[in-house]
Amino acid sequence: MTDVEKAPLAKGPLIYRQSVWTRVTHWVWAICLFFLLLSGLQIFNAHPALYIGQQSGFEFDNAVLEIGAVNTPEGPRGRTTVFGQTFDTTGVLGMSGTAEAPQYVGFPGAVTIPSFRDLATGRVVHFFFGWVFVGALFVWFLASFINGHLRRDIVPKGSDISGLPKDALDHARLKLHHGRRYSPLQKLSYFTVFFVLFPLIILTGLTMSPGMDAAWPWLLDIFGGRQTARTIHFGVMVLLVLFFVVHIVMVLLAGPLNELRSMVTGWYRTSPGTPAEAGDKP
Amino acid sequence: MSNIILNRRKLLIGSAALGSSLALSGCNQFDFLGQRGNPVRQALEQANVLTYRAQRALIGDQVLAREYSASEIRQGMKPNGSTEPMTPEYMFLKAQNFAPYKLTIKGMVEREVSFSLDELRNMPARSQITRHDCVEGWSCIAKWTGTALGPVLDMAGVKPGARFCVYHCFDNIQKTLSGDIFYYESSDLVDAYHPQTILSYGLNDQVLPVSNGAPVRLRIERALGYKQPKYLHTIELVDDLTPFGRGKGGYWPDNGYDWYGGI
Repeated sequence: MTDVEKAPLAKGPLIYRQSVWTRVTHWVWAICLFFLLLSGLQIFNAHPALYIGQQSGFEFDNAVLEIGAVNTPEGPRGRTTVFGQTFDTTGVLGMSGTAEAPQYVGFPGAVTIPSFRDLATGRVVHFFFGWVFVGALFVWFLASFINGHLRRDIVPKGSDISGLPKDALDHARLKLHHGRRYSPLQKLSYFTVFFVLFPLIILTGLTMSPGMDAAWPWLLDIFGGRQTARTIHFGVMVLLVLFFVVHIVMVLLAGPLNELRSMVTGWYRTSPGTPAEAGDKP
Repeated sequence: MSNIILNRRKLLIGSAALGSSLALSGCNQFDFLGQRGNPVRQALEQANVLTYRAQRALIGDQVLAREYSASEIRQGMKPNGSTEPMTPEYMFLKAQNFAPYKLTIKGMVEREVSFSLDELRNMPARSQITRHDCVEGWSCIAKWTGTALGPVLDMAGVKPGARFCVYHCFDNIQKTLSGDIFYYESSDLVDAYHPQTILSYGLNDQVLPVSNGAPVRLRIERALGYKQPKYLHTIELVDDLTPFGRGKGGYWPDNGYDWYGGI
């Protein structure tokens, strides 16, 4: 007993952290979001502009984003206008490809499925993975409600809110704790993704369907029109890409093999000093 | 145990390497999905069948698309697709202000019937200010005036076995070496009998212009723009769509777009 106290364990216990429901749905979403993003950019390229309101202003201006190519004295250039600010985005947006074979598209072929312009195929891919994505989300919500994952790990409690400043400071200093439970920042991030971003991107996607607008006309009212919904859909996509970047950076900082193992096998190595519980492995 | 972890490690590192090489080399890997008839693509296309069935189950057959107030008409109706058909038949009709025009209902009907433009205009009219959603992503609000398709179909008497309306159009949307391809579309009878499905001859209180489908354009308000065939001349009641075009029920469906078009 005294030996243990003198020489603390170099490792915390191995805990069973992720249920099979979380692990399977996580990887299903990873695949879905990859295809949804790249097919979505293909669909966007069919009309690379975003508007506020019910309709698209062709004879009036309600655009918040426009990507295109313009002719200049120096030759064609890619041009992007966001909220009235115009940027030269040659090589990335509006005009990309090589000097010999320039491509006049919104987003370059490297980030669209297919790599060439093909709206029909983009829609086929997008709607297939949209169904799978929503199906997996439904399964996950149901399983997580039943097995307590939602209550335990996702919905922030009072103590999470009060612990947020310290957790934010620890993250800023890259002092990452591998505890039994998610940290306040983690809970807040996942809560935002599951309860705000995912529902928003699904509902704004449905608002773009003229059939769904007939079935649920309130969709048009809560988002302020079909074109606003399309703009929000795009904006949430940008936020989800940002989440993905932070997610990957955090996995790399926190120990990629341990993090990956927990999302493949469910078993997660905690920090030294984590109290062991029944069911843990050494 | 350590062996298992090592193998798992190799697997994880291997899949990470595979994933990053996929991302780095762009997405040409998935270009095969663009091949119409590719079995993987055909499997993915089944999601559109699911969408059609789900929306038909969810949305009441008589439920209307949103109608807007006159103040929401803020611009002309953007013309798209064919805007000026140049076939001799259409040019002839246009030169005479469509006086000889006839809309024909044929196929699986009790009696084939034809109506002139004046006869259609004398039928009960309906006006609706609706939002036109193009598959490309843009929307445009306009006022459409016409007569409901359902009663017109009833005058012809739809036979019990009929399942679809095929809408034949004047415009040769594509010219190929083997001849012109004419625009056509089709819908189920739910869309055909929907109260907002009208044979429109008026747009924004004017006579429907050529660029928007004169003399008659069909409106199916709960579907995308390509389900609103312009320059309509014949409606054929059928129980099978495969004999038309490339068999997918419309010019754009033949080119890989989903047939239902409600999303």
